[in-house]
Amino acid sequence: MSEIKGEILIKGGFVIDPAQNIDGDIADIAIKDGKIVERVSNAAKVIDAKGKVVMAGGVDVHSHVAGPKVNVGRLIRPEDKLFKSGVAHAPTRMEMGFSVPSVLKTGYDYARMGYGFVMEAAMPPIHAPHVHEEIHDTPIIDEAALPVFGNNWFVMEYIQKGEIENTAAYIAWLLRATKGYGIKIVNPGGTAAWAWGMNCLDLEDKVPYFDVTPHQILTGLMQANEYLGLPHSIHVHQNDLGNPGNYPVTLASLKLAEGVKTKNKFGREQVMHSTHLQFHSYGGDSWATFCSKAKEVMDYVNKQKNITIDLGCVTLDETTTMTADGPFEHHLHALNHLKWANVDVEMETAAGVVPYIYSKDVVPNAIQWATGLELALYSKDPMRTFITTDHPNAGPFTRYPRVIKWLMNKKSREAVLASMKKSDKVIDATTIHTIDRELNLYEIAAMTRTGPAKCLGLSSYYGSLKPGMIADVAVYDLNYKDMPSDPEKIESAFLRAAAFVKSGEIVVRDGEVLSHGHKKTVWVNPKMKENPQVKRDVTESFTKGYYTVGLTNYPVREYLAPHPFVIDVDVEA
Amino acid sequence: MPKLITQVGCPYCGSSCDDIEVIVSDDNKKILEVHNACIIGTNLFMHANDPTRPKLPRMRQADGSMKEIAYPEAIDFMAKTMLAAKKPLIYGFGSTNCEGMAAVARIAEKSGAVLDNCATICHGPSFLAMFDNGYPSCTLGEAKNRADVVVFWGCNPMHAHPRHTSRYSIFPRGYFTSKGQMQRTILSVDPRQTDTAKLADIHLMLDQGHDYELFDAFRTVLKGYDIPDVVAGIKKETIVKAVDIMKKARFCMIFFGMGCTHTDGRNHNIDAAISLTRDLNNYTKCSIMAMRGHYNIAGPGQVWSWIFGFPYCIDLSKGTHAHMNPGETSSVDLAMRDEVDCFVNIGADAGAHFPIQAVQHLKKHPFITVDPNFNMASEIADLHIPVRIAGVDEPGVVYRMDNVPIQFKAVIDGLPGVPSDEELFDMVYERMCELTNTQPVWIAAKEDRKHPANISAVNEA
Amino acid sequence: MATVTLTPTKTPELMLEANSVTPDAFAGKNAEQIATLECREGKTHVTIGDFFTVSGNAGATAAETDIVIAGDCTRVKYIGSKMTAGTVTVNGNADMYVGGWMKGGKIHIKGNVDSFCGIAMEGGEILVDGRAQNHVGCAYRGDWRGMKGGTIRIKGDAGNDIGTFMLGGTIIIEGNAFIHVSTHAEGGTVIVKGNVDGRVGGQMVKGTIYVFGEIKFMMPGFKKVDKVDLEVDGTKATFDHYIGDLGERHPKSKGKTVFADLYLKA
Repeated sequence: MSEIKGEILIKGGFVIDPAQNIDGDIADIAIKDGKIVERVSNAAKVIDAKGKVVMAGGVDVHSHVAGPKVNVGRLIRPEDKLFKSGVAHAPTRMEMGFSVPSVLKTGYDYARMGYGFVMEAAMPPIHAPHVHEEIHDTPIIDEAALPVFGNNWFVMEYIQKGEIENTAAYIAWLLRATKGYGIKIVNPGGTAAWAWGMNCLDLEDKVPYFDVTPHQILTGLMQANEYLGLPHSIHVHQNDLGNPGNYPVTLASLKLAEGVKTKNKFGREQVMHSTHLQFHSYGGDSWATFCSKAKEVMDYVNKQKNITIDLGCVTLDETTTMTADGPFEHHLHALNHLKWANVDVEMETAAGVVPYIYSKDVVPNAIQWATGLELALYSKDPMRTFITTDHPNAGPFTRYPRVIKWLMNKKSREAVLASMKKSDKVIDATTIHTIDRELNLYEIAAMTRTGPAKCLGLSSYYGSLKPGMIADVAVYDLNYKDMPSDPEKIESAFLRAAAFVKSGEIVVRDGEVLSHGHKKTVWVNPKMKENPQVKRDVTESFTKGYYTVGLTNYPVREYLAPHPFVIDVDVEA
Repeated sequence: MPKLITQVGCPYCGSSCDDIEVIVSDDNKKILEVHNACIIGTNLFMHANDPTRPKLPRMRQADGSMKEIAYPEAIDFMAKTMLAAKKPLIYGFGSTNCEGMAAVARIAEKSGAVLDNCATICHGPSFLAMFDNGYPSCTLGEAKNRADVVVFWGCNPMHAHPRHTSRYSIFPRGYFTSKGQMQRTILSVDPRQTDTAKLADIHLMLDQGHDYELFDAFRTVLKGYDIPDVVAGIKKETIVKAVDIMKKARFCMIFFGMGCTHTDGRNHNIDAAISLTRDLNNYTKCSIMAMRGHYNIAGPGQVWSWIFGFPYCIDLSKGTHAHMNPGETSSVDLAMRDEVDCFVNIGADAGAHFPIQAVQHLKKHPFITVDPNFNMASEIADLHIPVRIAGVDEPGVVYRMDNVPIQFKAVIDGLPGVPSDEELFDMVYERMCELTNTQPVWIAAKEDRKHPANISAVNEA
Repeated sequence: MATVTLTPTKTPELMLEANSVTPDAFAGKNAEQIATLECREGKTHVTIGDFFTVSGNAGATAAETDIVIAGDCTRVKYIGSKMTAGTVTVNGNADMYVGGWMKGGKIHIKGNVDSFCGIAMEGGEILVDGRAQNHVGCAYRGDWRGMKGGTIRIKGDAGNDIGTFMLGGTIIIEGNAFIHVSTHAEGGTVIVKGNVDGRVGGQMVKGTIYVFGEIKFMMPGFKKVDKVDLEVDGTKATFDHYIGDLGERHPKSKGKTVFADLYLKA
């Protein structure tokens, strides 16, 4: 693919870059041939950013944007398109859907929000060609995908036998085969149990047949991850998601990271990333006594420095839930009776999809809304706390600007709270009304670009405006020195960037998409010496036919990731 | 030296077997032997050797005869015809790879067409049921490794999906089903004594067209209520026994076919089957799967869902957004109601499969067929454009009936000068952009693939 | 009140998508302006004036606007769709989506209608003197929120899928119906004065169905519980009362399970 050539100067904006401790200094950002540089010639195209905020392109650490379950969500929900889709006009193509947008709308909307990198949060390995087909049809944004490992038969067998090296060798093989990025774990053991209609709600519940526990799976994969020295840590969706009183399981899972040391060359400091923590921070023992335990959970996260989290904020929309946590989706369907799709995947994982309406007038939903925001507001380290909505589970990613508004503006939170039918019950079950904190732009930049880039081991490429970085630069129409008193202006500024430069090309001006960009697929290539046992085990699972596809047809072919950005990892055994 | 190619995908049914072994000639031009495939699959491979395969587009002349023309002329005609039409209909994709389906989406959007696929006359009702009620399903390996009760409802894989029962559903020994058929209880629900029904432990020979009532009876029994003595021609005792078997299964798998989708009520038969599957998950594990017909007919449902959000019947004529409502935007309805003014038939045979009145309406307007072979739709067309055969002389991704993507190989070289579906559609798209003086939209990731090297030969034809 | 009369001047080659033929779109416009309102024929942009002569000016609001189409609209879709007030009268047939997503006002079709009449309707009245094709008062594909309110009266026969996913409102079929009445419904009332082939109330959670004629094939999930005397749409009669669909989930109210009710004239 042709490299992007040319010079751009983003002039006179308030620069915010936590990676360089820059907070609102007026400076120019120079771009040449796709990279940020010290200076450019007079011939550079100038973007006037005077009176506007300039940040690195956004980095989304966790979003469901491509692959089989996302597409099931699109397929089973025509009503998510009716009267709810965008209106296409040149040069963009049609963009369809609200909660589960089409790939085109996904790329356009992220770009309009000034995001340059998005991590697809769960790739079933056998479906990897599908994930990559969707990724290469998604315009503008760079993407990577995390294969799911937490219920994989090979992983469970090696861990059961205490074989970390074999676990690591298998992970290395699968990352190469699927062109994946790192280790995703969804409801460890529970999804495997779901294949027989069961679940693991506690860390010590045994997985049927495999004689291994969620505790062992988490610990084993954490060790294997550090053995390999991958850019990202294990990325964990814990057991017992979404249920009242689940926070002790959450804390027990987080505690597994205590004493574990990182080993990597990518600047990553955490050994565990705990995703959509909002869904795991509940007290009470029923929906009647349901309450937020965000404070308790964040007190632990704040002091345990080797973990990172993302929020999974509920945005109070009609959306579509989708997760590899198969038993959870079945449970959710039993609560709301809406259509339920399920995909159990041989040897590897499962997934479920159920539409869901989060209503501010339904008390548990309103408590979930408060819980997500509380997590961020109790955070003492924005570089370890990232803004997500677990798109589209707690709300679509197009609501990030709304979440930012709520976090930056107490008045806007109080307005939502006051509009709730049973706000007194919500106040009883949460602490949101007692929190005065309003996050500033520096903290928002840490939570939406610099922090996630570091957590993913990508801080040499994304999340900062240092010379040498990929030139992803967003300009937002917000005056650092004179922030708007109307909170809606914060949301609208982040929803439609004044300008977005992606890999050195201007792709958005005044919130409108101008170009389809030069997107890349990012994947990790662990270089590890061949492990004969793992090779034999993998081969046998295909020749004995436990897999129903051929071994040579399993790895993703090169042409499906036509513009790869491969991160090599030399594994020191 | 002839060459052996292994783990080849088969371009026949929705089982999309990828364990075929093909021996090809030293020069990669001829298929010599095909192993492991069923007889239909074998014939599809062998057919690629046919020396009479069309190598050039053919245009209908004023006297009614067909005359060979060069590809650029055919591409120009197709682009102009579709742009000129108020509402073209593009139908087919029974034998196209996913790359071709993504490419055709570009020309459909550009020309304001309705984009539809064979599901519209096959498993379209299954989509309608999924819209209304979801789809608790799994990959075929789950059925193979775990299912101890397998229900074939309105389908006859012994004929329609010849290797399905040996690879996935009845005979194979899986991880938790090491005794194979011995370990499985097979139920067949079919008004006919099919070869699949003959294999079943219980055959419920229901009255044709009463599947919905029978599913309701199953659900009512499962909920613990009484039912009438006979439902849909089946005795209460038999229904109660069948429900008991399904409820006590460790893993119950329901496969359904056109017997459900093409009798009265259509989508609601599947709708009820999905409800039954869901109910059974309160007792045990149960999954359901559509027996999709062609090797990549699940493909358009996937590709177009990620591009437009809909699997089929996609009306792009509004220009700003896609609209889908089968019953209105479905091919046969559009044709019967005389609602389209150009027809493009791709990798399928509307000439053979549509009602005659529908074909008569379509024939009033320009009729273009894109297909590697001669078929009824090519013979009644105004323009027939041959392409390579996806899965034989063109590789690509296909989606098996369980939506697992399988990366098919090409086993022989394509006919010189004959483009793939993707190449053809991309050239038509570029021509449309030239004609409308607009910029083509290539997602950057596609730009390396849009001008394959071997296409220069095409233009010299 | 002001009346706008549209007189068809030609038959569309394809189908005319006349989303703008509603009192809401006409309100405040004169005949000349109405003639310029946009419609679609396939991908071509056309106007009302291309297919109709327009006479009379609209009222200031939708509620003060009556539309009369003095001729046949067999090939015209979306008449009165999404309207909130006023009236539309068609002196002939109409195609699909008559009164779709309608919120208020009245539509009177003096001929037949095609499918999706009153789809996802929320309020108002639709009267069809002739027959209706399929999907009268049904939900849009995939939506569990079907017809919520209003009344649809079809004087002739209707096809399949009447009131699918219905939540409220009333549908009256004075003739016969084919199959699938109130499938998946969670409310609302359907009255069929003629016969129904079958599949009445399948997967139905809540709501009411009255059938005056005969149901050829009864759903096995419906159970007869008693006999009641009722007055239904002006007719007094004795009905056999069934509850169901017993195979489907049902909510509980005050400790008692709530079923859907089917009344079949005894």
